[in-house]
Amino acid sequence: MRPFDYVRARDIAGAVAAAAEPGAAYLAAGTNLLDLMKGGVSRPTRLVDITRLPGLAAVTATQGGGLRIGALARNSDLAHDQAFARAYPAVAEALLSGASAQLRNAATAAGNVMQRTRCPYFADTASACNKRRPGAGCEARGGETRLSAVLGWSEHCIATHPSDFCVPLVALDAVVEIASPAGSREVPLEAFHLLPGDAPERETVLEPGELVTALRLPAEAAAFAGHSRYLKVRDRTSYAFAVVSAAAALRLDGPRIAEARLALGGVALKPWRARAAEAALAGREPDATAFRDAADAALAGATPSGDNGFKIELARRIVARALTLAAAGTPERLPALPASAFAPIPGAASP
Amino acid sequence: MSIDIVLTVNGTRRTIPIADPRVTLLDLLREQLGLTGAKKGCDRGQCGACTVLVDGRRINGCLALAVSLDGADILTIEGLAQGEALHPVQAAFIAHDGFQCGFCTPGQIMSAVGLIREAQAGDDPERVREAMSGNLCRCGAYAGITAAVLDAQRAVNQGEAA
Repeated sequence: MRPFDYVRARDIAGAVAAAAEPGAAYLAAGTNLLDLMKGGVSRPTRLVDITRLPGLAAVTATQGGGLRIGALARNSDLAHDQAFARAYPAVAEALLSGASAQLRNAATAAGNVMQRTRCPYFADTASACNKRRPGAGCEARGGETRLSAVLGWSEHCIATHPSDFCVPLVALDAVVEIASPAGSREVPLEAFHLLPGDAPERETVLEPGELVTALRLPAEAAAFAGHSRYLKVRDRTSYAFAVVSAAAALRLDGPRIAEARLALGGVALKPWRARAAEAALAGREPDATAFRDAADAALAGATPSGDNGFKIELARRIVARALTLAAAGTPERLPALPASAFAPIPGAASP
Repeated sequence: MSIDIVLTVNGTRRTIPIADPRVTLLDLLREQLGLTGAKKGCDRGQCGACTVLVDGRRINGCLALAVSLDGADILTIEGLAQGEALHPVQAAFIAHDGFQCGFCTPGQIMSAVGLIREAQAGDDPERVREAMSGNLCRCGAYAGITAAVLDAQRAVNQGEAA
């Protein structure tokens, strides 16, 4: 790990001022940042410790009936908050399907949003990576692409965003609240992460010094509580990143779908909102044909970025299954293995 | 420039100079305080051998900067037994052969203590396995570990009820 200056911020204005200079990075739990610093991937010259900023861990109802999740709310506290899990079950399920209990106890809500890709070529400083060193090339191309993108990638970068939490959040129209040197602003989560294009080193819309202070869910998000699931295919039963994941949320009106929300993880450099699929489901009966149509719409633009064409059909099936699970209803209690693809579908004959 | 922090380590409050902000909680415990129970396995948050409790919550000691934890209460494997009386989790690991080589064991035990405090798993072995997935055991003592955690949880909960 390279040497750095340590600055403990006392208020948001002080933090933003301290972090505005080149080479500075914010430190919350550090579960991702320290890992990257140990590997020489991140080399900040100054760490601005925001863990003591007052009020930033609070989870509070907003005046409009939504919810404001403070940047420093711990993943486990949020997921185990019963009122939260009842209102936003797919978010709780996604949180509990990510990382390990130890990491969830430390990792924060904003840290989750800000985490870097787990592309193995990004993590290995001996490999060429346009994200680490612009113009160096992308050694993931032609390499191991099991965790690489099939949507929204470019020839410069085929990495994916690894978050589970962000997938249902983007489906539920979450908004990112940002403190800036000039004041504050907010950005829809859907527009917060950037696709790689020809500048994969730029990962989010944040400008130097800007700090994520909260994530906000609008009032409408809780209307999906009865039919919301997160489903995640990974290479071991627990404690692994998604090869493909999906968050599905339905609002039913009698026998038909009034409104559907769908997002995918593990397939792009951002949590991928599938709006065409949502439109394909509106007004339909929640059956296998509708879900298959939605899956086709969600993956219509997908192309392999290497030897990972299997992810496209896998994603279609995960979308259809997540929708099927959501239609069957949010379970009373989250399953023992959250988001597991091996869990039976309630009411379905066993295979 | 050295920064002084205050930590309560296994019940003892102490002022500790941090000469370099790069020092992790794990390195502080092992190298500066002589508490070598928490192990450095992967040093990257993947194996769980460094698990300790910070303010009652289990975390990976290798992925926390010590300087950031100023004021925290730390519990390590060295602080678990009461004199010669083992903690119920320690006793259960022995009773159920929850280890072979022993390297991961301090982390497994501290993780189990954290799991019991979290009170999310109940008596479901599947939930216990899921909640212990952040602790790897290369000897493969998982069957014994799961039995030990379930047994220790019963003992702890009965002790609290009594």
